[in-house]
Amino acid sequence: MSAPVSLSLLVNGEPIDAFVLPRLNLADFLRENLKLTGTHVGCEHGVCGACTVRIDGEIVRSCLMLAVQAHGASVETIEGVSDSGEIADLQAAFRERNALQCGYCTPGMLMTAQDLLKHSPVPDRQAIREHLSGNYCRCTGYQAIVDAVEATAKTRAERRT
Amino acid sequence: MTVTRAPAESLSVLDRPNSYIGKTVPRPNLDRLLQGRGQYVSDLELPRMAHVVFLRSPHAHAKIVAIDASAARRMSGVISIVTGRELETVITPWVGVLSHLKGLKSAPQHAIAVDRVCWQGEAVAAIVATSRAAAEDAMEHIAVDYEELAAVTDMRTALDPATPVIHASLGDNLAFERTLDAGDVDHALSESEVVEAEFVFGRHTGVTLEPRAVVADWNGAEARLTVYQGTQAPHMVQNIAALHLGLREAQVRVVCKDVGGSFGIKVHIYADEMATYALSKLLRRPVKFVADRIESFNTDIHARDHRCRGRIGVRPDGTITAFEIEDLTGIGPYSMYPRTSAIEANQVVNLVGGPYVTPNYRARARVVFQNKNVMCQYRAVGHPIACSVTEGLVDLAAAKIGMDPVEIRRRNLITDDAYPCASPSGMKFEQLSHHASLAKLLQMMDYDALRAEQAALRTRNIHRGIGIASFIEVTNPSAAFYGVGGAKISSQDGVAVRLDTQGSVICQTSITEQGQGSESLTAQIVGSVLGVSMDRVRVTLGDTDNTPYGGGTWASRGAGIGGEAALQAAKALRQNILDVAAAILQSTPAGLDIVDNRIVNADDGASRIELNELARIVYFRPDTLPPGIQPELMATRHFVPRQYPFAFTNGVQASWLEVDTETGFVTLLKHWVVEDCGTIINPQLVDEQIRGGVVQGLGAALFEKCIYDERGQLTNANMADYLVPMSGEMPDIDIGHVVSPTLESELGAKGAGEAGTAGAAAAVANAVNDALRPFGATITEIPLTPQVILTALGRI
Repeated sequence: MSAPVSLSLLVNGEPIDAFVLPRLNLADFLRENLKLTGTHVGCEHGVCGACTVRIDGEIVRSCLMLAVQAHGASVETIEGVSDSGEIADLQAAFRERNALQCGYCTPGMLMTAQDLLKHSPVPDRQAIREHLSGNYCRCTGYQAIVDAVEATAKTRAERRT
Repeated sequence: MTVTRAPAESLSVLDRPNSYIGKTVPRPNLDRLLQGRGQYVSDLELPRMAHVVFLRSPHAHAKIVAIDASAARRMSGVISIVTGRELETVITPWVGVLSHLKGLKSAPQHAIAVDRVCWQGEAVAAIVATSRAAAEDAMEHIAVDYEELAAVTDMRTALDPATPVIHASLGDNLAFERTLDAGDVDHALSESEVVEAEFVFGRHTGVTLEPRAVVADWNGAEARLTVYQGTQAPHMVQNIAALHLGLREAQVRVVCKDVGGSFGIKVHIYADEMATYALSKLLRRPVKFVADRIESFNTDIHARDHRCRGRIGVRPDGTITAFEIEDLTGIGPYSMYPRTSAIEANQVVNLVGGPYVTPNYRARARVVFQNKNVMCQYRAVGHPIACSVTEGLVDLAAAKIGMDPVEIRRRNLITDDAYPCASPSGMKFEQLSHHASLAKLLQMMDYDALRAEQAALRTRNIHRGIGIASFIEVTNPSAAFYGVGGAKISSQDGVAVRLDTQGSVICQTSITEQGQGSESLTAQIVGSVLGVSMDRVRVTLGDTDNTPYGGGTWASRGAGIGGEAALQAAKALRQNILDVAAAILQSTPAGLDIVDNRIVNADDGASRIELNELARIVYFRPDTLPPGIQPELMATRHFVPRQYPFAFTNGVQASWLEVDTETGFVTLLKHWVVEDCGTIINPQLVDEQIRGGVVQGLGAALFEKCIYDERGQLTNANMADYLVPMSGEMPDIDIGHVVSPTLESELGAKGAGEAGTAGAAAAVANAVNDALRPFGATITEIPLTPQVILTALGRI
């Protein structure tokens, strides 16, 4: 086992300096070292999407990335995008539509949905379903989530015009 | 929605001004989950907390000859390494049987295997360390010497004399057998066309997104164990942990905050969880266990591994004359504890033919042991098997006599005015609505237009199918489910409500929340009955120290049983408040009402006193109350169904899909459900329960299967190879309701959590066969993978 190495990065805009084992993955670093437990771990092999975070503006699965690979990067988690208000409308739509039950997939689902809405302002239902197809939800059956994302897209589009 | 009959009272406590009953209101406290501030057990950390990982057997069946952990014990961070033999001194083994399932047998199961492992994934040693990573590092340095034994894997040969017996003390591999013979099946079949098929179901599992997780914290100074666990039944866990650790129940507290999915997976007692409780007691410090995904696949209960041969008799006029089934299921090496693994087969016997008037029914179910992971109750226990067999047979019968699948159901479903009545298996039905539900479904899906579209597309070589499935669902279980068999699993639930000093309401309920909306329905009921706005109702759940005693949330019981307890508790508190108000206002309780957080005159609605002012007087200036008044601003009520063992619900589903006959792929185009769960407390939550349930059933229909090889190795124990439904493959699901409230409670609510799962696979299978009818292919096996479909079409 290698010795800890130093790591500097921005997490939700806050500069972080840490010493971590090279094998530590980013999800565990966020959860265990920084106590940002909103990033959930569902499969630890990059399939379920519950650990989705944003790195330098792109969504990634934090269980498939080593913490040291985030050196110098800007990492945003569900806590960060909640506190900044960036996805307040999307969260409100999820609440109104009951687009979550147990809530375990929800942070990853919100990060992924926000990514879609940034890149594709008015996606149709099939496009929403395709984009969310890397995020497992075992509770809702997905329809309410698709509804909430669709409603948010429409509201944002109206606000722009 | 269609209302089949009025509730007991024309104006009940629910029909009040600003009632929340029947209204879609957002669940309270969702922001916590939406902002990543939930408190799941996997998030929990306690001071001095250690982490346990389990070394698990790579063999399906083997003798443990020796375990050498000496090298591992010397590794950095390792606190302790404990074998089954050592842990046996702390926690006693258990046997998963219930006395009302006559003849059910099982062998003693240990928290960690002693001398022998019986399935791939059974724990053989616990490694406790300062971190999970350190424990996993050490685990790799433990050497276990196994002597591999012959594995019993095929349930079809499990009872053959040549097959080894897994537990010699039991004599054979038969765990349970039940037979039933009602009416005169032989006579009925002798005068009918008979159709027969074998229905095969893939063994699958729940795949909760948060794996099973527990933190056990034994405080030696208090002689008390606190268990933080994602469980559906905290009081059951309390009872079992105390029993096997030699403690009184008062020495065990179970706390259950947010739970990342349950679906029946988290309502059982697992060996590794028991081991974690025991390790905490042994090591006198908090110990955390979080299953990883491979452990989840290998140790979370599996379900539905059934082969069921079915026969149906039908006359040319469409009359169904008889059902006959022979069901075989393999449950792994032990009957699960404490609910047992015989319940699913028992339910299959109970439910086959249930929607129909047919009086002639014969069934035999056998439950056998095998060296695979344990099977037990998963969402809609037995229902998908019974529904797929029944509805598959009905469609085969219709095809045999050339009758439309809808028409044969119209002619045989129990009529809506026939209640109360009983099924040939003895199930009692208070009020069902099969015909109203079917009529509504046909209208929603525009059945005739779909049939026309199907015919038109067939001429263009596009093969679409329509599948219909009627079903019944067991909800609101009474003590008949577990209590009568000797299990300490409560069928009653309790709710305590209290008016606080500022006129808000604190409510403690014994039902639990895993996302279904238990908190919401409780707040809606309490707020409505009391006349208090929902934002002033705070609900506490999931804590054996801080809620009344009760069963929890499983078997579609939360709304029907816990909801009625909430209603009765709120009624009692309301009366108490009005008594105090009458004393303060020199009025009479009957002359007053509570509306919008204030006491008003019952007749003209004039405001008299705010609830917060009333509470201020009661708590801080009781000296100003008239003599002899002792206000009770807290009330507790319990409820359990007594009249009916189960509150049966009913419904019907339809699937519209397309089969690509070149590739074997199925595209789900649309799905409809009409369901009757009695009084609807929150329409959105009911619909979302049904949608989620449908999608779990669609997973079983098309994707989900635990694939074992002949040596008992699970070959797809990861999320990449075990497929579950994803958003891109799922259809939109339209839902309608018929409302037949149960009269056994004032609330009138029955359950809705399992209706979707009960009938979805049957509807899809019938639709696939409908699509393939021009090819003369019939498939009675799920999951309907491309391989299964192409094989049936003779293409591979």
